[in-house]
Amino acid sequence: MKALQRFGFWLPVLFILIWGLYILTVRQDSAREQAFTLLMFVGLASSLNILLGYTGYVSFGHIVFFGLGGYSGFYFLSAHNLPLLLSALLGGVVSAILAGLIGLAVLRLRGAYFALATIGVNEAARAFVSNFEPFGGATGLFVNYSVYQGFGGPGPALWRTFIYLWLIVLITVIISYVIKNSRFGLGLLAIREDEDAAMVMGVKAPRAKTLAFMFSAFFPGVIGTLYFFKNGNVEPGDAFSLHMSIEMLVMVMLGGMGTVFGPVIGAVAYQGLRGFLLTSPLFKNLHLAIAGVFLLLIVLFVPAGAIGWLRERFLKLRKVLE
Amino acid sequence: MQLLTSLIDGLLIGFVYGVAAVGLTLIWGVMSVINLSHGPVMALGMFSTYLLFTNLGVNPYLALIAVAVFGLVLGLVIYAVAVHRVISAPHLSSLLATFAVNMIIIGIGTAVFSTSPHNIDFSLGSIYLGPIILPAARLLAAVAAILFTVLLYLFLYFTRPGKAIRAVANNRMAAELMGIPSAQVLALSFGIGTALAAVAGGLIATFFPFTILSGGPYELKSFVICVLGGLGNPLGALLGGLLLGGLEGLIPTFMPVSWVPVLEFGLFILVLLVKPSGLLGAKT
Repeated sequence: MKALQRFGFWLPVLFILIWGLYILTVRQDSAREQAFTLLMFVGLASSLNILLGYTGYVSFGHIVFFGLGGYSGFYFLSAHNLPLLLSALLGGVVSAILAGLIGLAVLRLRGAYFALATIGVNEAARAFVSNFEPFGGATGLFVNYSVYQGFGGPGPALWRTFIYLWLIVLITVIISYVIKNSRFGLGLLAIREDEDAAMVMGVKAPRAKTLAFMFSAFFPGVIGTLYFFKNGNVEPGDAFSLHMSIEMLVMVMLGGMGTVFGPVIGAVAYQGLRGFLLTSPLFKNLHLAIAGVFLLLIVLFVPAGAIGWLRERFLKLRKVLE
Repeated sequence: MQLLTSLIDGLLIGFVYGVAAVGLTLIWGVMSVINLSHGPVMALGMFSTYLLFTNLGVNPYLALIAVAVFGLVLGLVIYAVAVHRVISAPHLSSLLATFAVNMIIIGIGTAVFSTSPHNIDFSLGSIYLGPIILPAARLLAAVAAILFTVLLYLFLYFTRPGKAIRAVANNRMAAELMGIPSAQVLALSFGIGTALAAVAGGLIATFFPFTILSGGPYELKSFVICVLGGLGNPLGALLGGLLLGGLEGLIPTFMPVSWVPVLEFGLFILVLLVKPSGLLGAKT
């Protein structure tokens, strides 16, 4: 594996590895909760980046896979008593299959039309799940308390959930790197630059796009199941929040779209900034406005994001940052 | 008879939806920008009408003129600050720039007005047309909506700046070569688009309670309407508004009201897939 000798591979992987190990050695509940949220967004942003950063398709509905996968995983877990890890993976598989089906239809659209369609998919899914009885309709589903006994109580169950999340985020970042440096990934990058030219050069664009869509949908499904298990319930408003979907776009943009390390940094930075604004007495009421100003400045003046900017500015860093 | 009443009720609201959608579609048609700050601007329109009415006692329908001017100025400011620099950048940039404006407006709005619901306490009673009973506020809102649309039509077709807007929408490069200052025209179209959003917000405020977050659902409805009528086609947007309003009026008589969004967004995706140029077949 050539990847193992590359610093661009080790930087994000070691970052997440050490971070998780640190939390596991500290063993504090509050630190774990904070790391859980941050890691979740790292995973979500990285998975969105597979579609957004590599193929250039702007999806406003990435959260739909978080919701649908989370709902399905939660359903397997609470209605059929499957083990957590299996439910989560099944949630991911359901997400990926749905992405394949949705993608076949929606990925024919380009540019703004695709972006609008993904908003429509998300809203339709939210409205449908609110009316779908097996998923509990508008009130959602709740964890069956007997599930915790298998873990030896709720406390150990939450730690186990954290470890699963940590590992799945690690895998997300590794897959993101592997795709970018594969033949498949180069095809995706070609689609981003010019889809028609890529097709002339022999990239099977419809298949490649759909596969990228499925890869990027698998991980939110798994993460969604783990997140809703941690929360103990799932409801349509949480699962299909359009706002969260756009926040993921912001994170990818902040770190640098199309880079492996960018979404990791972007997610941590955005969540860190938001946490700071929410807790500081001075900015508490205006946190959304300040985050907006910040986003506007980045979009207007640093559109390549932090990692993209560093790569453009310092050529030597291109070998280090991927 | 119940059916007819709900249909007319829905159509009347449809006119108001139509006005908001015309604003969105105008901005898209002229500069290919999807304006994600449309919803919060509608919410600001609601609050301006509210403030003018409760603090100064201005009649809400008279206040619309002030709201429109406010929307125009706001739009010019948003264009200059957020949109102008990203006008020829990839779509993601303009989407995120307008979303940043969305966050700023909602952030400040939440701090100033909180998220508790407000309403304009201004009742006009009902109007009886034979067996059909209609709330007068909705009838007036529809009349106002038609009035603003006619004004927009007259502006676009019979004045110089209006003709310049249509020329830039048609082909910006060619328009520039003919000596049309495209930056000013783009700013003006953005201003008119947001002015229409603010007016639609003001009209909605006269019959529904609202919060600073209320713009969101109407923004989504505007997207649906624009796609139904064909993105960039103002007449299509108005008819799309009527269609959506009519559906919203009729669907609840057949099935639970919670299914309305499922059908709406289902239709939206279907139209995008089958006929992305819209049901009315706008030229792309």
